Amino acid sequence: MAVIDLANPTRFLTLVNRVLPWLVAATILAFAFGLVRVVHAPDDYQQGATVKIMFLHVPAAWLGMMGWGLMTLAALGTLVWRHPLADVAGKAAAPIGAAFTFICLVTGSLWGRPTWGTYWVWDARLTSVLVLFLLYLGVLALYWTAEDPGRGSRAAAILTLVGAINIPIIKFSVEWWNTLHQPASILRMGGSAIDPSILIPLLVMTGAFTLLFFTLHLAAMRNEILRRRVRTMRLAEAARA
Amino acid sequence: MNLGPHADFIIAAYAATGIVVAILIAWVTLDYSAQQRILHNLEKRGVTRRSRPADQP
Repeated sequence: MAVIDLANPTRFLTLVNRVLPWLVAATILAFAFGLVRVVHAPDDYQQGATVKIMFLHVPAAWLGMMGWGLMTLAALGTLVWRHPLADVAGKAAAPIGAAFTFICLVTGSLWGRPTWGTYWVWDARLTSVLVLFLLYLGVLALYWTAEDPGRGSRAAAILTLVGAINIPIIKFSVEWWNTLHQPASILRMGGSAIDPSILIPLLVMTGAFTLLFFTLHLAAMRNEILRRRVRTMRLAEAARA
Repeated sequence: MNLGPHADFIIAAYAATGIVVAILIAWVTLDYSAQQRILHNLEKRGVTRRSRPADQP
């Protein structure tokens, strides 16, 4: 099957139905392996066992931002190339990205209380991630409340492109401003600052959560294609009546 | 496994994540069943998509 064939929703559904069971199995295996590594990971010399929250917080933060990046590509596909699946991909990614951003905020807050002594502080990193969550809610509101789905999709795509400016702000906020949040410790010049005994479980959990994201995203895209078929058929039925 | 003096925070973080992930999984699973059911009912009533000729299964 050529890549261009995936532009056809029927062929895309065939591919999803074939790939999804394997993705589900890979996700379960990755989580099983990752959680065993998490249980056996040592405590941090400063934070103690609370470092285990990092195995949820960091993947959720990554997926919150990756989800918006994926939606940005989909928004370009919707507005510039009018790809038939681009809008489906953007709409399906929004609730999943919002959920992972919510997990990032909640786990960060629960990690912050024992580590910093506070659940929340209005510093640049935390505030920019909260802005990302609010942007997700804005996009979802546009998708879910627009009377004309086409108009709602275009409005959501424009908001997505405007909101993309927040992604580098989140990434570099800890370097541009004086924040309570720690600076980058995984992807940084000179290599990771984390000991391999903690870094490896973190990378495995990040891989598992990323697999979960794509599994949910493909399943949600399949649902959205079916929902559009239902809408088309109802319109055809109403036109015949 | 000893989670130390801040065990409540660690357990709450894992529980919150588990609940949100469970909601996401339930959402895609139930939505798929609902869309399949609606499509099936429409097809039973003889409604077809315009892109498919009526004489094809």
